[in-house]
Amino acid sequence: MPIVLEHYLIVAAMLFCLGVVCCLGRRSAIGILIGIELILNAANLNLIAFDRFVMSAPGRQVFDGQVFAIFVIILAACEAAIALAIIITMFQSFGAIDTDVADRLKG
Amino acid sequence: MSAFFANFGQTTAFVLISGVVLGSALGATFARSIVHAAFALFFTLLGMAGYYFLLGADFLGITQVIIYVGGILVLLLFGVLLTSRSLDQLQLRGRRSYIAAGLAGAALLALLLAAVVFGPWKSAQPAIPEQTAAPLGRLLLTDYLLAFEFSSVTLLAALIGAAYLVRRREK
Repeated sequence: MPIVLEHYLIVAAMLFCLGVVCCLGRRSAIGILIGIELILNAANLNLIAFDRFVMSAPGRQVFDGQVFAIFVIILAACEAAIALAIIITMFQSFGAIDTDVADRLKG
Repeated sequence: MSAFFANFGQTTAFVLISGVVLGSALGATFARSIVHAAFALFFTLLGMAGYYFLLGADFLGITQVIIYVGGILVLLLFGVLLTSRSLDQLQLRGRRSYIAAGLAGAALLALLLAAVVFGPWKSAQPAIPEQTAAPLGRLLLTDYLLAFEFSSVTLLAALIGAAYLVRRREK
């Protein structure tokens, strides 16, 4: 059985839902960050799978999905750096990275 | 005959990678300790690179390994270590909220699977391009130049902002 677009879409949907459950269910901020990484990877898998199986004009190869995936990876790197900085600041002012503890905006 | 074997190899690789990715993603979601979750995420990210190679996106596969596994995951582990005083508190929520999260996730999964199964996908299977890095670089510096420059400024601003946030404060 050849692997077609739908197989990748199903795997990406499962990854996305696992990421959502991880975001909702975890207490620690780092756990929520792990869930966000899962979600971003699922989106990237969708983009690259669509890029691979797109109907292109003959003789012309389309790379737009891969370019989009590159931008997603760049933004994921930004997001991870900022999130870690926020988590460390939160740890300094609350002494924990439990999202139920951090309920004050003014530190 | 060789096409059959090529298909067979591709299917086997897909099934193997899917097992690794979904299994370790389950681990990353449901592991009790955050360190175990981070290590499970390591295998998920490597498996995603395997998918990219399977899809003919070899430049993105390499990028995935370098940036995600070599950068973001190490950053995550640093975060775990720097906040390790609360390591024993890094548990899941209570059972009830985890059940609620699981129910929400299952409903979302049913919706997405219905969309995938019943959607009118018209996909082709064009040949895998021989090279990806050169056309990607050309696209980034022509059609996507504005977005590319913006993303570099965003990256710089994010790094400066992160350094500013964790600076040593004078009392």
